[in-house]
Amino acid sequence: MLDTLRLTAEDADRLLREKEVSSAELFAAYRDAIDQRDDELHAFLHVCDDPGGEGLPLAVKDVIGTKGIPTTAGSKILESYVPVYDATVVAKAKARGLKVLGKTNTDEFAMGSSTENSAFGPSRNPWDPSRVPGGSGGGSAAAVSGGLAPWALGSDTGGSIKQPAALCGQVGLRPTYGTVSRYGVVAFASSLDQVGPVAKTVRDCAWLYSVISGRDANDSTTVDVPEVELPSSEDLKGVRIGVPKEMNDADGIEPGVRDAVRRAVDVAAGLGAAVAECSLPRSVDYGVACYYLIAPAEASANLARYDGVRYGLREDGDDFRAMVMRTRDAGFGDEPKRRIMLGAYALSAGYYEAYYGTAQKVRTVIKREHEELFERFDVLVSPTSPTVAFPIGAKADDPLAMYMNDVLTIPSCMAGLPGLNIPCGLSEGLPVGLQLIGPQLGENTLFRTAHALERALAFDFVPERLR
Amino acid sequence: MARITRDEVLHVARLARLELTDDEVARFQEQLSDILEAVSKVAELDLADVPPTAHPLEIANAWAEDEPRPCLPLDEVFANAPDRDDDYFRTPPA
Repeated sequence: MLDTLRLTAEDADRLLREKEVSSAELFAAYRDAIDQRDDELHAFLHVCDDPGGEGLPLAVKDVIGTKGIPTTAGSKILESYVPVYDATVVAKAKARGLKVLGKTNTDEFAMGSSTENSAFGPSRNPWDPSRVPGGSGGGSAAAVSGGLAPWALGSDTGGSIKQPAALCGQVGLRPTYGTVSRYGVVAFASSLDQVGPVAKTVRDCAWLYSVISGRDANDSTTVDVPEVELPSSEDLKGVRIGVPKEMNDADGIEPGVRDAVRRAVDVAAGLGAAVAECSLPRSVDYGVACYYLIAPAEASANLARYDGVRYGLREDGDDFRAMVMRTRDAGFGDEPKRRIMLGAYALSAGYYEAYYGTAQKVRTVIKREHEELFERFDVLVSPTSPTVAFPIGAKADDPLAMYMNDVLTIPSCMAGLPGLNIPCGLSEGLPVGLQLIGPQLGENTLFRTAHALERALAFDFVPERLR
Repeated sequence: MARITRDEVLHVARLARLELTDDEVARFQEQLSDILEAVSKVAELDLADVPPTAHPLEIANAWAEDEPRPCLPLDEVFANAPDRDDDYFRTPPA
């Protein structure tokens, strides 16, 4: 009997290679786990049958296009959409033998921090089903945490991989902007969107990153990627870790979160890392404001394509304009509407320079602040989320309160930097996430640092109530 | 910072091709005002000599080879279309 809650992708791969278990048995074990626990967790929007072949199952966030498998982006406007081609990341995964297990729940168009904005209902946190799994990729994090998938793909615009991984006690990487193709992925904010892995261990995370990364002729923002090194070193000698004080003392960081992160930083020093305090004076204060101008502006342009003409929902209307407006009103939920309007406002005549133009300059300030720190440090650390998983409904009616969940994940996203979450302890019985930020293309350093910390911290990634 | 007016909400909704109900207009007027007030914080910084960043990586001119490649068969192109008339997407009259 396979214990899918504890089985890592690396373990599963070894069982397959040693013929201890067949690919079909492995796939069936995850399907059984989904049957057992997904009524409660609602991590999946669609579950697939075993396509055959040899390889590990992979859960895929439902903003990532999968040929012949519904891809809704958590929205009514794409409820009936079935892609006719695979996203590049899915094609790459399949080429390495991975099999799509199902499509995971997401806030609508990846806009949210709790999955409560999914048109198909929220996912639940495997550690405490009365709480959110984070978002927007809450389905992917909940699936891995709940033993419903060995690993998963997510997407991250301002924290949608890192924050759910933090709230569910998993490892999640938002890669350097440009390292992973977005071809075939439902676009939200194109200067920020990145696809990345969610896994139980840093090594699994690094492995899946090596599968999906690399230059793609179909996404002109992609670049050549240094060869991924699976981490094995268990010390941190020579690694210079910066602790930005604004990101570790920000308003709203819960005491239990602060304590767990401080303990992890002490452990890093014990492993030989050189740890020093540093400062990101403007990135934390201005990051969220900058993000909530740039991301909605780009979203308002990207979501213009949902017009009821070529695919997706269409509502009836006497003329073309009425059809388009009714389709969009019926098809989009509140959060996409808010962001489309916010973006259209920020881009409209008379406001463009004051809002969007200014935000782009603030983005430069944030980028430069980070670049200066990486002249002295290899890795920056902070909490990933200021809080542990919050109760479903707690922030659902207050968009601004929800936006502040991402106050610590957003700044590095604006700068195009890679960020990795690893679990570093518990607060009130719920996982606390440690965020590690690296310079552009610094993934290997993040993996090495996180792997050594993961070994030393020995966090048990299986939710306590399911052990 | 002035609050956004009802007319501005309706104007932006028209720009964004969203037909909002009266309830939505009232709710979004309130919420968008709060959000705009919060994001207006970006105006506090002195940005006189700061260039804008549109894209975090410094790459320019990502050329692709200009070679013809097969495209999707028409039946696949139309597979998700709400309405089709031969090789056209059909819509209500403009």
